[in-house]
Amino acid sequence: MEKPGFFKDRIMPVAVIVAALVVIWYIAAVFLNAPFERDTAARAGTPITFSEILPKTMFQERPVLPAPHQVIAEIWDTTFNKAVTSKRSLVYHAWITLSATLVGFGIGTVLGILLAIGIVHNRAMDRSLMPWVIASQTIPILAIAPMIIVVLNAVGISGLLPKALISTYLSFFPIVVGMVKGLRSPETIQLDLMHTYYASASQTFWKLRWPSSMPYLFTSLKVAIAISLVGAIVGELPTGAVAGLGARLLAGSYYGQTVQIWSALFMAAALAATLVIIVGLAHTAVLKRMGMKP
Amino acid sequence: MTTTPASVVSARDLGLTFQTNDGPVNALTGVNLDVRKGDFVSFIGPSGCGKTTFLRVIADLEQATAGSITVNGVTPHEARQNRSYGYVFQAAALYPWRTIEKNIALPLEIMGYSAAEQKERIDRTLDLVNLTGFGKKFPWQLSGGMQQRASIARALAFDADLLLMDEPFGALDEIVRDHLNEQLLKLWERTNKTICFVTHSIPEAVYLSTKIVVMSPRPGRVTDVIESTLPRERPLDIRETPEFLEIASRVREGLRAGHSYDE
Ligand SMILES: Nc1ncnc2c1ncn2[C@@H]1O[C@H](COP(=O)(O)OP(=O)(O)OP(=O)(O)O)[C@@H](O)[C@H]1O
Ligand SMILES: [Mg+2]
Repeated sequence: MEKPGFFKDRIMPVAVIVAALVVIWYIAAVFLNAPFERDTAARAGTPITFSEILPKTMFQERPVLPAPHQVIAEIWDTTFNKAVTSKRSLVYHAWITLSATLVGFGIGTVLGILLAIGIVHNRAMDRSLMPWVIASQTIPILAIAPMIIVVLNAVGISGLLPKALISTYLSFFPIVVGMVKGLRSPETIQLDLMHTYYASASQTFWKLRWPSSMPYLFTSLKVAIAISLVGAIVGELPTGAVAGLGARLLAGSYYGQTVQIWSALFMAAALAATLVIIVGLAHTAVLKRMGMKP
Repeated sequence: MTTTPASVVSARDLGLTFQTNDGPVNALTGVNLDVRKGDFVSFIGPSGCGKTTFLRVIADLEQATAGSITVNGVTPHEARQNRSYGYVFQAAALYPWRTIEKNIALPLEIMGYSAAEQKERIDRTLDLVNLTGFGKKFPWQLSGGMQQRASIARALAFDADLLLMDEPFGALDEIVRDHLNEQLLKLWERTNKTICFVTHSIPEAVYLSTKIVVMSPRPGRVTDVIESTLPRERPLDIRETPEFLEIASRVREGLRAGHSYDE
């Protein structure tokens, strides 16, 4: 009973969309890559028909838009056929980016929660801090990322931490906003109850505010982990493209290696999806342990 | 001390004015009332007459702006500090992430009871409200009436002699309500607590109380205090007796005299 329902409700719609996208992608690849073949033929002075162009658009070395199978072949090759310690391995680059993402996400989460606790418990912090938190996000990350890297490099900090801090910069924001809302989510009657027990602020926090905020925390974590990855990739762009998915993107665009760019993009997307799914599973597990109505 | 030792709640010329954006709202004026130890006092009156506000003043959830009030001979704040009352809200207000027994344990954890004592008290209060066997369930797995009983158990779990109940059965149907009223009377008898009980229902007030406080709105004040002549032992069918009906009609008259029901 379970299986067919799962297939029909979950797999089918996704599969249909994916199939449609692949078809559109192939068509686009043909049209975007055809001009190059036509120009080459024209320069050689040989006439060329569409049926001759078609297969060639599938296997160009530097296509405008690589065909799906080219990207898949590249991902396969750089994932499974290279040692994971090799600089040509996509897994190696993905790990570099992932480690910065996770460190940045961790710092951002702790920072975000601490700021939210301060804002909820202290009026002065609420008034003075929140505008800054919001202002911080109005500065484009692309503008601030190189400065963070350069400044930290100047004081001798390089490598993982500067990139992680860019992730932190992006990820603490949804955590602060979500947790302020979450910590304020208990109803008046629930707070009044604590009041009648003459509960201390910390008892009210641990026994009421914190558990109440869990759904908000996990919703924020899902957003935060995804933008942490974006932050880490953006942080890699100005580092001079040494390693990481961002470096792969940059190097790919320097040398017109579109296949490499697309495979790095797909790796980043897969990574983001995996991270969000893991947070989602943690979310479900925690709420289940808290006995929430399924 | 100006009050007699047996006085649990004593209000003198008590007034409370809320400052709202639309100007001051006179929720209570000139309330004089004594609740003695062991009393079951019902507060009845039309919506907006200040019943909830008065209970919240006793509980130190709201501060009086005129007159004075003592709870157990001290200020409401000190009484709250001494954990001298349990409050039952109109909604059960159980914490959804805690099982029923964990909900009952909440005040015990906060007040620092030992684990063994917590367990003993949970079992005892679950039994008092007839919920034995439901301790491991989460609130959403219980009916509304059971949830309200769990919230009463929570208020009974610690050693407060005063129980403040704000329309605890307001959202329940009549049959469940009759049943819970009967149980509440038995519980009052057994535990020897002092109970302040807000209700909209005349039969409920007459059935439960040793003393009925009739209130009227605009401004909220006490218009009549009726001492019940019914015996402490009250089967449900006492409600058909002439004595009961007479008290009920006195309450009804009191409500009418307050010009509260315009319709
Ligand atoms: N926090 C508040 N701020 C301003 N006005 C309030 C507040 N709480 C109550 N009031 C006002 O005080 C008056 C008394 O309210 P209260 O809730 O005590 O009435 P009640 O007798 O409990 O009514 P009900 O039977 O509907 O529960 C009402 O006019 C109400 O609008
Ligand atoms: Mg009320």
